[in-house]
Amino acid sequence: MVAVRFAGYGGQGLLTAGLILADAAAVYDRKKVIQTQSYGAEARGGVSRSDVIISDEDIVFPKPDRLDLLVAMNQLSVDKYTSALAEGGTLIADATFVTTVTFPDYYLIPFTQLAREKLQREIVANVVALGALIELQGLVSKEALAQALAQRIPPAALNVNREALEVGFEAGREAATARAKAVQDYDIV
Amino acid sequence: MVLMQGNEAIARAALDAGVRFFAGYPITPSTEIAEMMSVELPKVGGKFLQMEDEIASLAAVIGASLTGVKAMTATSGPGFSLMQENLGYAYMTEVPCLIVNVMRGGPSTGLPTHPSQGDVMQARWGTHGDHPAIALVPSSVLDCYRLTVRALNLAERFRTPVILLPDEVVAHMREDVTLPEKIDVCDRELPTVPYEWYYPYDDSTTDVGPLAPVGTGFRFHVTGLTHDRAGFATTVPAEIDRAVRNLKRKMDRFRREIIQVEHWNLSDAEVVVAAYGICARSAEAAVREARDRGYLVGYINLKTVWPFCFRLIQRVAETARAIVVPEMNLGQLVREFDRAVCGKTQVVPINRVDGEAITPRQIVDVVTELARPGEES
Repeated sequence: MVAVRFAGYGGQGLLTAGLILADAAAVYDRKKVIQTQSYGAEARGGVSRSDVIISDEDIVFPKPDRLDLLVAMNQLSVDKYTSALAEGGTLIADATFVTTVTFPDYYLIPFTQLAREKLQREIVANVVALGALIELQGLVSKEALAQALAQRIPPAALNVNREALEVGFEAGREAATARAKAVQDYDIV
Repeated sequence: MVLMQGNEAIARAALDAGVRFFAGYPITPSTEIAEMMSVELPKVGGKFLQMEDEIASLAAVIGASLTGVKAMTATSGPGFSLMQENLGYAYMTEVPCLIVNVMRGGPSTGLPTHPSQGDVMQARWGTHGDHPAIALVPSSVLDCYRLTVRALNLAERFRTPVILLPDEVVAHMREDVTLPEKIDVCDRELPTVPYEWYYPYDDSTTDVGPLAPVGTGFRFHVTGLTHDRAGFATTVPAEIDRAVRNLKRKMDRFRREIIQVEHWNLSDAEVVVAAYGICARSAEAAVREARDRGYLVGYINLKTVWPFCFRLIQRVAETARAIVVPEMNLGQLVREFDRAVCGKTQVVPINRVDGEAITPRQIVDVVTELARPGEES
């Protein structure tokens, strides 16, 4: 069983990211899945989060006790939810807005900046983050992810979201390589 | 198999069970139901109306139902408060309809996006006067589907409004579900007598008389005033007494058919956890854990909160040392447990009103305190 939380400001697309992941796992990878959400009464702003539990067995209680993965799109979410991460968990944060992390295992990737610069659409930062998450952690097959994306994103916006996913995969690969290199360098020192 | 939200499952079930009219006013956390009905109803020849408020919404639903169409509305706490007047009207005039009230934190505007179970007593006694009440509470997405079908069937079968009471967690969570391929659908009984023999409130031969759709030739009067068998206002004590008692009688007589409770591990249980809605999920996880650790704990999931399952709880009180009742309110349904056990056993409430769900851990802590540890299994 693995518990993932997407967190950020309302409007950053966290619910959509959670939904695509949940759909990919449940419908296309045939796993047991529960997705829950928590958000403020505001249409934009406030802290919004979407939790996805993926399991091979039935999930009884739908809210995760401890998180294995936290995808945080702003500093507030990092500060608020780092303590919910399980030992051995991983934090993946948007370096565009996040400057301080206190968790030992983390990746800092500028999702929003990548979306802005490579796709001219800040709004797809959530899908860039989703791509990086899957590249780094697996969780679901890329085929399933692509199918779920096509299912949940309106046709007019599908192409830019597909590109966003690729940008995310690449960013994930780079982050993994950078970390491997950092570990290597450390060994040499 | 699909990934479906509780609210989506409710709308899907309503469409599958034959609902063809929806009137409502959007309100978080129930809005997805209205949203989906507005898209899907026109496709099947149904009607969707967004009304000016919740008072008008339920009025429109009652009117639609009187024409013979299965009708429903969906709302949350503040809207449910506004509906109470017309809810009483529907009980009094015996008009079948479904009211979905997705429970959020209250009182008043409260917590629009956070869960609670604060409307349990409102679902029973929110409208004035002596009246029956049926309220069903789902604890999973599949439950949302099944209980919506069931609620509509009970409404048609007993000519009464029925309330579905999901909490925000169940309504908004998405689960992988396989919907039933076939469902049993009950439609209201229609009159078979000649026009001039028809009485809409005749209880002399049956507890629930047929309801003629308006405009089909059967002439009758509909009023919120206490009425005689023809539907006209009456001040004759014997007729008043009969009218009011019959509302309750039809529910009492069929309570076994109405009440649906899931339970397991009761026979040897020292402590029983009885819960509904999302708390039943916490309870299930807690009972499983406690059993694994050797504690003799039983589980009850009240899918029907009204009418209350008095007989079952009375029986549990004979054998269990304690009944634990977790609720996301400050103790509403727990009063019925107290009434049922009459001091024969301990009733222990667990309450939470901070906008978060009660966790399995909270229940495990209480249960393991109350039950003696048994053999490791």
